[in-house]
Amino acid sequence: MKKTIFNLLVLFALASLVLSACGGKAATGEGEVAIVAWPGYIERGANDPAYDWVTAFETQTGCKVTVKDAGTSDEMVQLINSGGFDLVTASGDASLRLIFGKSVQEIDISKIPSYKNVDERMQNGNWHTVNGKHYGVPYQWGPNVLMYNTNAFPTAPTSWDVVFNEQTLPDGKSNKDRVQAYSGPIYIADAALYLMSKNPELGITDPYELNEAQFAAVLELLKQQRQIVPKYWVDAPTQVEDFKNEGFVASSSWPYQVGLLKADSAPIASTIPQEGATGWADTTMMAANAPHPKCAYLWLEHSIDPKVQGDVASWFGSAPSVPAACDGASELFGTEGCAANGYDTFDKIHFWKTPVADCGNGKTDCVTYDRWAEEFIKIVGQ
Amino acid sequence: MLNRISTYFYLRPKVVLALMLLPPMLWFLVVYIGSLITMLINSFFYLDGFTGKVIHEFTLRTYIKLFDPINLQIFGRTTLMAASVTLACIIIAFPLSYFMARFASQRMKTFLYLAVTLPLWSSYVVRVYSWKLILAQEGIISWFARLIHLDWLLHLYLNLPGLGGPSLSISATGIFIVFVYIWLPYMIIPIQTALERVPKSLIEASGDLGATPAQTFRTVLLPLAFPGVVAGSIFTFSLTLGDFIVPQLFGNSSFYIGKAVLTYQGTSGNIPLAAAFTMGPIIIMIVYLLIARRLGAFDAL
Repeated sequence: MKKTIFNLLVLFALASLVLSACGGKAATGEGEVAIVAWPGYIERGANDPAYDWVTAFETQTGCKVTVKDAGTSDEMVQLINSGGFDLVTASGDASLRLIFGKSVQEIDISKIPSYKNVDERMQNGNWHTVNGKHYGVPYQWGPNVLMYNTNAFPTAPTSWDVVFNEQTLPDGKSNKDRVQAYSGPIYIADAALYLMSKNPELGITDPYELNEAQFAAVLELLKQQRQIVPKYWVDAPTQVEDFKNEGFVASSSWPYQVGLLKADSAPIASTIPQEGATGWADTTMMAANAPHPKCAYLWLEHSIDPKVQGDVASWFGSAPSVPAACDGASELFGTEGCAANGYDTFDKIHFWKTPVADCGNGKTDCVTYDRWAEEFIKIVGQ
Repeated sequence: MLNRISTYFYLRPKVVLALMLLPPMLWFLVVYIGSLITMLINSFFYLDGFTGKVIHEFTLRTYIKLFDPINLQIFGRTTLMAASVTLACIIIAFPLSYFMARFASQRMKTFLYLAVTLPLWSSYVVRVYSWKLILAQEGIISWFARLIHLDWLLHLYLNLPGLGGPSLSISATGIFIVFVYIWLPYMIIPIQTALERVPKSLIEASGDLGATPAQTFRTVLLPLAFPGVVAGSIFTFSLTLGDFIVPQLFGNSSFYIGKAVLTYQGTSGNIPLAAAFTMGPIIIMIVYLLIARRLGAFDAL
């Protein structure tokens, strides 16, 4: 009997030793990190067991990851402002708003050893670095491609003209009611980019810096476009559905939808027309009042691991922000992935950034984002 | 002890009443009126457009925005949609309810009752999505129209300005059809209940006294069933006013009140404008109820 008690005591001592060891591990973080992310950005294998870059992180660091999906940039800003989150994968049309609204905090990149591996063209991107201060870690990026139906276009369209102006397409039918546009105020920049080369006398040098006259010309184009766009697309699955069942043949889109439709053997391809394209570059930013900063830094470091970057890019159809991810660090992404997801188009892309009053040329008469939002709703919502 | 408590309450019925009414009154005041007042207060703040933060300062500028032509258009469009959906629901529901109340056997009645309420058992969103497949350009209706060579008729209809569009699902008609479908049960049940309370003898007496069927309907049946019609119309009208899922999935991206509130509150974080927007349907409903009272809809209460 005495022996059993002794055994139990030993067992208890061992158990408490193990428990304290576990506790010691968790002490490096707060045990939790809450992230606001685009759907599909943070996968734990629930959709496809092969795509999981969360579980390993959780066991290594003891930080449990909770993810809140956000459908639009405006929703992300809203969620971060409401508090309780640590990180947000903000796109360029939200990042400056978050910085100037003091909703996110400066990142100490010396705490992120891998930051030096980030694509040099993005390390100091003006959508996340202000006055030399870093406010986030580049996550993924991608072009807003022109997606088209190969039955309607035997050869790839060379200009965004096909979605802006009424015309007869190569298949002999009008493009009226057969083209779509993105339903977000930032789409105004797509129209500005088109006018930049179509109408040089307007003097647009940056599609995100528009003065009143340029802004008015862009809105005029969008109003005219409204006549041939019967429905704007909001989320990726609905656009896929529309291209399958509603007879749409051209639209600005993401490589993600193109991939989904191709996988479904729909006659779909994508291109970047001569005018170039707008694109998004997402940055993982840390909320000003982040409740779990230690775990947040651990995730920031984890997020630019080449394998994670390749896995995300492969799942989301985006391009990685770490060049090493292109060289086969991720089996899922392989060595072909970067070319397929538009990694080489970087120089043609005008990345989303929040329109601010400062035009960048010494003048401060540019139209700000709240006006973009208001005017865009007026055009789409009528 | 227990005895004394029960005696205490027996002698003071007012205390019992107060104790019983306290929880529901608290619920009503705090949760219901409270949230309405919070909304009202919020509608007097405004949003700093750039930083996306609400400025807690009394201002009327949010309400001034509400009178923007585009917003007035949204109110007009939504009210028109709600009114036509209500009217269509009445026209479809009345004959069916009349049949259920008057002619159907007990068995038939149970069956019809079940058939009417059965769709309510499944999720609203699932049913709405299934309509997308029915109304799409490559959907069931256009397929069937092609099959019986009536696709010219469908195209003719879809060319109508305002009602049409590239396909049924991308048109105001699509929104209308789906709304009528999802709110119909809420119209049938109150009308059927009201019709059941109309004594058969009154209809017979009206006929015996020489009234034509149309006269009987107009002067006897309709006035007696009217409270039921109004009760049903309050459901269909207010539910259509506030819905945001149907206009999101159907139609040509034009805004309805519900979608506008969702966009302002949910995606732009412009809670003040969303709150001000919500005052719209509240006022529309108050006007609606006042008119209904004028017409004598609540006399039977």
